[in-house]
Amino acid sequence: MWLDLGLIVGKIAVVFIGIIAGAFVLTWAERKQSALMSDRIGANRAAILGIKLMGIVNSVADALKMIFKEDFLPPKGLRFLHAAAPVFAMFPVFMTFAVLPFGPTITVGGKVIPLQILQLDVGMLYLLAFGSIAVYGVLLAGWASNNKYTLIGGMRATAQMISYELILGLSLIGPILVYGSLDPGVMATAQNGYLWGWIPKWGIIVQPIAFLLFLPAAMAETKRCPFDLPEGESEIIGFATEYSGMRWGMFFLGEFAEIVVLAAVLATVFLGSYQVPFLFDAGEKLGMAGFHFPWGAYLPIAEWAVVALRILSFGVKVLILMWLQMQIRWTYPRFRYDQLMRVSWREMMPIALANIAVTALIVMLVA
Amino acid sequence: MENSIFSGNLVAFLILFGATCALVGMFLALSAWLGPKRMTPIKGEPFECGVISKTDARSPYPVKFYLVAVLFIVFDIEVAFLYPWAVSFGSIGVAGFIAAMIFLAILGVGLYYEVSKRVLEWK
Repeated sequence: MWLDLGLIVGKIAVVFIGIIAGAFVLTWAERKQSALMSDRIGANRAAILGIKLMGIVNSVADALKMIFKEDFLPPKGLRFLHAAAPVFAMFPVFMTFAVLPFGPTITVGGKVIPLQILQLDVGMLYLLAFGSIAVYGVLLAGWASNNKYTLIGGMRATAQMISYELILGLSLIGPILVYGSLDPGVMATAQNGYLWGWIPKWGIIVQPIAFLLFLPAAMAETKRCPFDLPEGESEIIGFATEYSGMRWGMFFLGEFAEIVVLAAVLATVFLGSYQVPFLFDAGEKLGMAGFHFPWGAYLPIAEWAVVALRILSFGVKVLILMWLQMQIRWTYPRFRYDQLMRVSWREMMPIALANIAVTALIVMLVA
Repeated sequence: MENSIFSGNLVAFLILFGATCALVGMFLALSAWLGPKRMTPIKGEPFECGVISKTDARSPYPVKFYLVAVLFIVFDIEVAFLYPWAVSFGSIGVAGFIAAMIFLAILGVGLYYEVSKRVLEWK
């Protein structure tokens, strides 16, 4: 009993530290990468005893600044809702990661340990359900601030987020049809299959259109890159105008944490989760753990190394997807609002519906 | 896996819920305790480009946002219906496929109607 409890707490600690570390590094990477892309130097001033760590210390300075700033509550606004809004923005992000496996199921001394906090049959539904709570944060922040600009900004952000949430939900139905399960753990296992014996059956290969729909929809959910109208850094006044200190920081910590979580969802559903192509463990290949290449070559690897490689592969995929989101964010200009709504409802929606129909047809014909 | 309550999902979910609440609560509390409190009447005014606002902030705003929300509810519920269908697709065969295609066609017609009524045009 205590062992089980310890394992749960341990897994939660690993996931939380991973998300917070990822979000922390992203606040630094965002500045450094944008500086690199626009030929500037970027964050390089903050230092602890002369140590700068290429500007990472700036992120520490930011966090301290936010904690010690005045926590402003608008006296004419709805104070309780104003205080609650950042909670709704940050809370769901840390809940959603729980259904994603960050490594294979391992066996230690006869005890089977899945590297996944919650093994839910309705994993993807849980993910979408908690993910949609984040809309309330933006809506309440805009409503409770007692400010005309935040009200309109909040409404704009809400309309954007719910429009793209539909695309998010619709684009996931294709992969669910292919894998036949809502559990990300099952999806991860299924992606070690191979088409005609040599193409890895990753989501991006069997469902390329779903991937191309999911990536922009996910980025619109995080309110970033071409879809950053809700914040509109300096030009448009957004929902967070009346926020200061750490409660403002919670919106943006939530946003950076959401980038990490969405990168993990993308990696799980579309990029083979923790799978490495042609790498099998002992259970899958009659006790012969290692690389089994389609041309017949076999490279034996110890069982623990297989596990290590898989956890490493998940981490690398998440990092690459985070980098990709940064790169897109600093490459493309912002959409206009009517364009934004048109892309979601009139262009992505019919494609998503057609993708479901075609996928169902193919799955039925193959089976 | 043995059948103790601690190996199931419920306890894991409750611990996760508690840990997330603690984390979020910590962030809220840190700022509330450590930040200074120097409130002035001028600071309490809503920031609307420096102009003192005369009316209540919750003034009427475009009905388009409401329409988008209504359409979202309709479509989101229909998407929710597609999830159980997608999971059980392997066992319901051709009949299930045809039923879902009719369902998708109705969704498509609904979308076409919205577009033709110019509900989604922001002008």
